[in-house]
Amino acid sequence: MIIKLAVLLPFLAAAFIPLVHKQIRREHIGWFVLAVPLILFAILSSYIPQIANGKTFIHTLEWIPSLGINFTTYLDGLTMIFGLLITGVGSLVILYSNFYLSAKESLHHFYCYLLLFMGAMLGVVFSDNLLILYTFWELTSVSSFLLIAFWHHRKASRAGARKAMVITVSGGVAMLVGFLMLYAMAGTFSIRELIAQLNTIQQHHLFIPALICVLLGAFTKSAQFPFHIWLPDAMEAPTPVSAYLHSATMVKAGIYLVARMTPIFGGAETWFWLVTIVGLTTLFWGSFNAVRQNDLKALLAYSTISQLGLIMSLFGMGSLALAFDFDVEMTPIFTLAGFAALFHLINHSTFKGALFMMVGIVDHEVGTRDLRRLGGLLPFMPLTFGIALIGAFSMAGLPPFNGFLSKEMFFTAVTSLREFEVFSLRSAVLWIPIIAWLASVFTFVYSMIIIFKTFFGTHHPERLDKEPHEAPFGMLISPFLLCAFVVLIFLFPNVLGHYILQPALASVYPTLPVTNITPHIAWWHGFNTELLMTIGVVVVGIMLYKTKRYWSYIYTFLQPRHSFNALYEWVVTSIEDGSQRITNKYMNGYLVHYFVYIYIIFIAIIGGYFVVADVFHFDPSNDSTIETFELMIVCIVAFAAVALLFSKSRLTSVLLNGVVGYGVAFFFIVFRAPDLALTQLVVESVTTALFLVSFKYLPDIKPEIASVATKWRNAIIAIAVGSLVTIIGLTVVNYNKFEPISVYFEDSYELAGGKNIVNAILGDFRAFDTMLEVVVLFIAGLGVYALIKLRHRKEASDVENK
Amino acid sequence: MKINDVILRTVVKGVVFIILTLGMYLFFAGHNAPGGGFIGGLVLASAVVLLYLAYDIETVQKTMPFDFKKVAAIGVLLATGTAVGSVVFDVPFLTQTDGYFTLPLLGETHLTTVTIFEAGVALTVVGVVVTIILSISEEGEEE
Repeated sequence: MIIKLAVLLPFLAAAFIPLVHKQIRREHIGWFVLAVPLILFAILSSYIPQIANGKTFIHTLEWIPSLGINFTTYLDGLTMIFGLLITGVGSLVILYSNFYLSAKESLHHFYCYLLLFMGAMLGVVFSDNLLILYTFWELTSVSSFLLIAFWHHRKASRAGARKAMVITVSGGVAMLVGFLMLYAMAGTFSIRELIAQLNTIQQHHLFIPALICVLLGAFTKSAQFPFHIWLPDAMEAPTPVSAYLHSATMVKAGIYLVARMTPIFGGAETWFWLVTIVGLTTLFWGSFNAVRQNDLKALLAYSTISQLGLIMSLFGMGSLALAFDFDVEMTPIFTLAGFAALFHLINHSTFKGALFMMVGIVDHEVGTRDLRRLGGLLPFMPLTFGIALIGAFSMAGLPPFNGFLSKEMFFTAVTSLREFEVFSLRSAVLWIPIIAWLASVFTFVYSMIIIFKTFFGTHHPERLDKEPHEAPFGMLISPFLLCAFVVLIFLFPNVLGHYILQPALASVYPTLPVTNITPHIAWWHGFNTELLMTIGVVVVGIMLYKTKRYWSYIYTFLQPRHSFNALYEWVVTSIEDGSQRITNKYMNGYLVHYFVYIYIIFIAIIGGYFVVADVFHFDPSNDSTIETFELMIVCIVAFAAVALLFSKSRLTSVLLNGVVGYGVAFFFIVFRAPDLALTQLVVESVTTALFLVSFKYLPDIKPEIASVATKWRNAIIAIAVGSLVTIIGLTVVNYNKFEPISVYFEDSYELAGGKNIVNAILGDFRAFDTMLEVVVLFIAGLGVYALIKLRHRKEASDVENK
Repeated sequence: MKINDVILRTVVKGVVFIILTLGMYLFFAGHNAPGGGFIGGLVLASAVVLLYLAYDIETVQKTMPFDFKKVAAIGVLLATGTAVGSVVFDVPFLTQTDGYFTLPLLGETHLTTVTIFEAGVALTVVGVVVTIILSISEEGEEE
């Protein structure tokens, strides 16, 4: 119960901000918002001991039980890791942004989006139901879009936001297709029930397509090669957002999905190769490209891409453990990869979060984050330097920081692959460790760039806009807390291992005995291959860093990043042009044409169905006799309708239209439908009033200028629609393909507590429709208001920048 | 709209009360008899529209100082709020419930959550209809 509310709390808080932001001072919004993740973090932490003992919590709330869509929250080890990251890093980021963003910004928007994101992200990791997960998944994309475009007056922000949105949402749709395939295989959307039906799923011919679709979703979200191009552009967002969404949480949603789906897809060869190869490619490509960046934030973006690839490839290698039966000797070697993935996931969030905040401080206090203008900042910003040093050394994999431990485990995982004979691994034995090692060398190089190019070297005051000085205390709290974690995790890794990582490992490998596969994390393993690899990384890394200007010309040859971007641009622009061309063809501004489309489609689909299904038979014997006054009303309505065609002025048209409407209302009365009659009458009156107020803007009716052929065409369509509706009306009485639902209405008092069946339908049986209709009505009203009221303002000031 | 029609105004003064009463009646009657949130809202809206037709906007604004966009927004929040509210009570989304309560003055009364939902519908209808008609007619006065 508490967990379920935990997911809803950020949304509730987000809904409150627009209501209260005018009452409280702008500077203070952030402090109220900060309470949300803090409370959630505290609640989640209180569950840690129980989760560590192997307990899981599940809570189901029925939403659309008839379709198998239930809002099921599930708290286990894996969810716990992500929940703690989302709320923990969230608290720190909000604390940081209270000092980072000036009070002049539209803070209420910022925090509203941020809370929206937080809720969506918690929803992703807490959902057991795949469709609910998908909904929250897309919501994270939407809130990320809003946050990237926070400074929407900048063109680059808008472009970056759109790119991130297009790529992640396309992947999300692929993922939805994968989920639907899973449903087709197992008949359930629940992840736990899917795991229980593993055998059925793995034999199914849709297994591989579903696997690929789900991975597409994960790869786009986690910025894996070649979808990584959106992440560097997303750096247009304010730095706290980059630290939170684009390094610590949202980009890890793809990794979460891979980890969550490992029990289902884990044993498959395709899964292993796809995840491992894509992960390793991303790892290498990201680190290789990070070295050439001049913008500190772009550098960190590529570094994030690379580190995400590392975690991804570890999960790929870890999935091998499920390819064969449990073996005390062999299984722990693969599960070590999975363990290292979870471990590095946490480590990355700590050191990368600190580094992003460090870059934010530099940007804030110095006025630039361009490496060509920075340098020699150490005397001005010693504390910030400390953050950079700890973060970058941890990222480079040096002791005494947590990155060292997980990097060593990564090396262990890649070197131990050669001991196995599955999936023709032998051929890959050589190149997997080499790629991993090369990528680590580049990681080392760019970590050194962060430290030395920013804080050492000569200081160039003439290149800076501001006098550099140390950041205010408040901005330093969050990165220092993260740095404390970097060191603490190194000192006591097994505390984390026991309480957090082991239960998460149990969620990734539910079929394996978790105590046997949890490794012990140690600082010192003796002089083995891993240590030699690390020493090699440091030595070669220093050499490469010192000689960078001699070899960096290779980047001028290799620029496929641009070709991927060019491909993206080409796809987007050609789709835009194409759809514009098609739309211009049929949306030509003639209302007559639109009616023709609607009616032709109506005749084709509805009429077509009735013809194909062969249900056009009616039986007049049961019909009651037609009374005289009914005939009279019919004649009046028909006469008014025909007269409408020949009316020469708008006033006549309005009146005749009213006659038709009131005539129909009379029918409702005659046939004892008082609700409908009342509604029809009032709608007619209000419509007439609307016509009255808008009369003077309407131009005079002009005689229709159309060829005889067009008039005949329109007449035929009109007659066809009219007769079709009449025939359907007569047919429906005898239609018996569906079960009648009138029992619901007859028992409305027992079922819904109301005797008026019309309202029982509106307010209870089909209340979902009514609710959405109310929302649509509201949006339509706002639309009319905006169209009319805001038109003037736009004409007055021509500031729309293209 | 600058009409100064004494007969219209005098009639409207009386009629509006009748319409408003009818609107409220329809709203509450809707549970067991013809009526309901939508139609009740429409009738209330037509009363407001009638006032605007007979008097000028400033006069009506003085007696009814509502921002009808906000009225509509409150309506939407009420309607969706009752839907989400059921989640808090651990029942499926949009579950409606009812019961008999003894209230002071009214005696035993049938209270339902669907009434809140319908109130949301009614407020939205009033807000949207008046907003639309007002924005169109105000636009005319500016030109």
